[in-house]
Amino acid sequence: MAKLAGAAVLQKQFESVLGGHLDWQSRPVPELVRTGVSEVDTATGGLPRGCLTEIIGPASSGRTSLLLAILAEATARGEVCALVDAEDAFDPASAAAAGVRLESLLWVRSAHNAEHALKAADLLIQGGGFGLVAMDLGDTPADTARRISLTSWFRLRRAVEHTPTVLVTVARQANAKTCASLILECRRERTVWSRGTEELNSPRRRGDAETSAEKNLPLGSPRFPPRLCVSAVSSPTLPHGYLLRGIGVRVTSKNRSKVCSPVFTAVAI
Amino acid sequence: MFACLHGSGNLTALAFEFSPTVERTAPHTVTLDASGLDRLFGLPQDVAAAIARRAGEVQVKVAIALAANPDAAICAARGFPGVNVIPYGDEAKFLGSLPLSLLAPSQELQETLERWGIRYFQDLAALPPLGIAERLGPEGLRLRELARGEAERKLVPLEEPLRFEDEIELDYPVDLLEPLAFLLSRLVNGLATRLATRALATDELRLRLRLENRSTHERTLRLPVPSLDTKAFLKLLQLDLSANPPPAPVVHVWMGVNPVKPQAAQSGLFVPVTPEPVKLELTLARIKSIVGASRVGSPELLDTHRPGAFRISVAAYRSPQSNPGISVAAYATPESNPRVGVEFGGSVACHRNKLALRIFRPPRAARVSLTSGQPGFIAADGIRGKVLELAGPWRTSGDWWTTDPWSSDEWDIALSDGALYRLCCNPRGWFVEGSYD
Repeated sequence: MAKLAGAAVLQKQFESVLGGHLDWQSRPVPELVRTGVSEVDTATGGLPRGCLTEIIGPASSGRTSLLLAILAEATARGEVCALVDAEDAFDPASAAAAGVRLESLLWVRSAHNAEHALKAADLLIQGGGFGLVAMDLGDTPADTARRISLTSWFRLRRAVEHTPTVLVTVARQANAKTCASLILECRRERTVWSRGTEELNSPRRRGDAETSAEKNLPLGSPRFPPRLCVSAVSSPTLPHGYLLRGIGVRVTSKNRSKVCSPVFTAVAI
Repeated sequence: MFACLHGSGNLTALAFEFSPTVERTAPHTVTLDASGLDRLFGLPQDVAAAIARRAGEVQVKVAIALAANPDAAICAARGFPGVNVIPYGDEAKFLGSLPLSLLAPSQELQETLERWGIRYFQDLAALPPLGIAERLGPEGLRLRELARGEAERKLVPLEEPLRFEDEIELDYPVDLLEPLAFLLSRLVNGLATRLATRALATDELRLRLRLENRSTHERTLRLPVPSLDTKAFLKLLQLDLSANPPPAPVVHVWMGVNPVKPQAAQSGLFVPVTPEPVKLELTLARIKSIVGASRVGSPELLDTHRPGAFRISVAAYRSPQSNPGISVAAYATPESNPRVGVEFGGSVACHRNKLALRIFRPPRAARVSLTSGQPGFIAADGIRGKVLELAGPWRTSGDWWTTDPWSSDEWDIALSDGALYRLCCNPRGWFVEGSYD
């Protein structure tokens, strides 16, 4: 009690010298950066710098699509980004199609070793200068990810604190607990397949060479015929060469006073 | 004040110990600019004594002469043994007893002077300049000036070769990296100091270790930008030697650096921060020691239709300054990065939101049950389920004109476990290539 009283007196003395009431407890509001998905940006405000953001969800829930959008946005801003890939699952072709500037991306492949991934992420953050450091634990088994000690997450959080770096992790479930400032939970709402008569004019054919003019066309616009048109020997009921068109993803934001769940769509390359 | 060293041995190295301006006058004669040495040593006699003392230490037999002009010092050093200091203004008197052959006149001029009975410096110095000019021309006048010790000229300084190398011969073999690190530290610090004195930096370190088994272990470290950060150099060398240790104990260490001009660049106020190159190199070296050297870098797509074709580029980063594709204006304004929304099934989507594929490396071999010619049930490592929906196949092939052709039929499938996969069938069998996420 005596200590508390002494602290209160000391605080009053400081405030009288500095003039006015001072907020000693609250931290400065971190700067928010865009994710590259306008729906998520509108709903959440963006990703906080100097904080840990977790993107979680089961397989095929759109986590990696969201991560690629974040990387594309960060590299478009001119920032150098790093991706620590714990399961060696990164597809450079998908990233390039999503708009990630690969020359601004440092890819660390930790060969199915989550511990190495944590060490690499820690070194990258300590090195400084990166606009975004992403750690992909998306295919890491849930029990392995759960075994990562809270101390390790705390260390990462402390390392990234007071830096302009955005730290993002992708995993199946939330692992960092209270160390994460923002948790974005992804859930696949629907899957759109290219089949049926209304899909026959669809532009989505794998292997199409997209020209720069075509890239800016809205979906459903007539396009040039595909460069490769191959008929396969299979069931005649399915149109050959027409594949997965995209998925709709619902992102639920946690750890924020305002709970929101925007929906965005990731279209197949 | 100028000093001349005449004798045998490594006179140039001796001269460079006292002055940066050294002229190699002749194979056995070196002249140096000794002005300013009086502040270090005192009187000219003390300067000459210091040079003589150092010559004795390095075992160079040399005659030393100090004079107000270089030619007088050269003549004195060539003509008189030991240490000589010519007082200012007494050059003609001091040099008078020297023979004229010391000035190496042309054959014709020497014969003329001998016919005149002029054999010593003092004889030539006493002749009137007008008569010399009339009879012997400019060469005669030049000889007279030399004989009187009045010739003035600039030294032609010898450029020290910019070779930054150092080596250590060890008394006993070193087989541990830790003691070797101390030796490397000494070499790195010495070379960095030499570079710093010339306002230079380095972008390449070469290390050559001679081993006990008479083989040589060589390592070369290249830096993205020139630097003089000795701590970073030492750490990089340690990490490199830890990853590539010498196969036998080390008996000799040689190190050389590539001298280059230091890079001075000021980044813009609104340019995003990028990793500091040398620090990044150190970070990458540390990460490479954890995950492997070939597993760190920037991905680079190859110009081929072969699925999953990429390579890891060594250049792991690009700063905005070096990337002409990114300008400050390009990422400073939100208008420059438009998000064109399109209607897609009742929701607004963005062009950039592409569906990502997570690759299984290596592809997981699958057992596939076919139903009506289409995959109906899949079982692979960690994947098992009934095919609920599918689309395909997409048949691709290429490089059939080479020895490494490829072909596959691909399906996109939705399994009963809730995930979306890419399934492929190639001549080696069925594989799950990855999952859409």
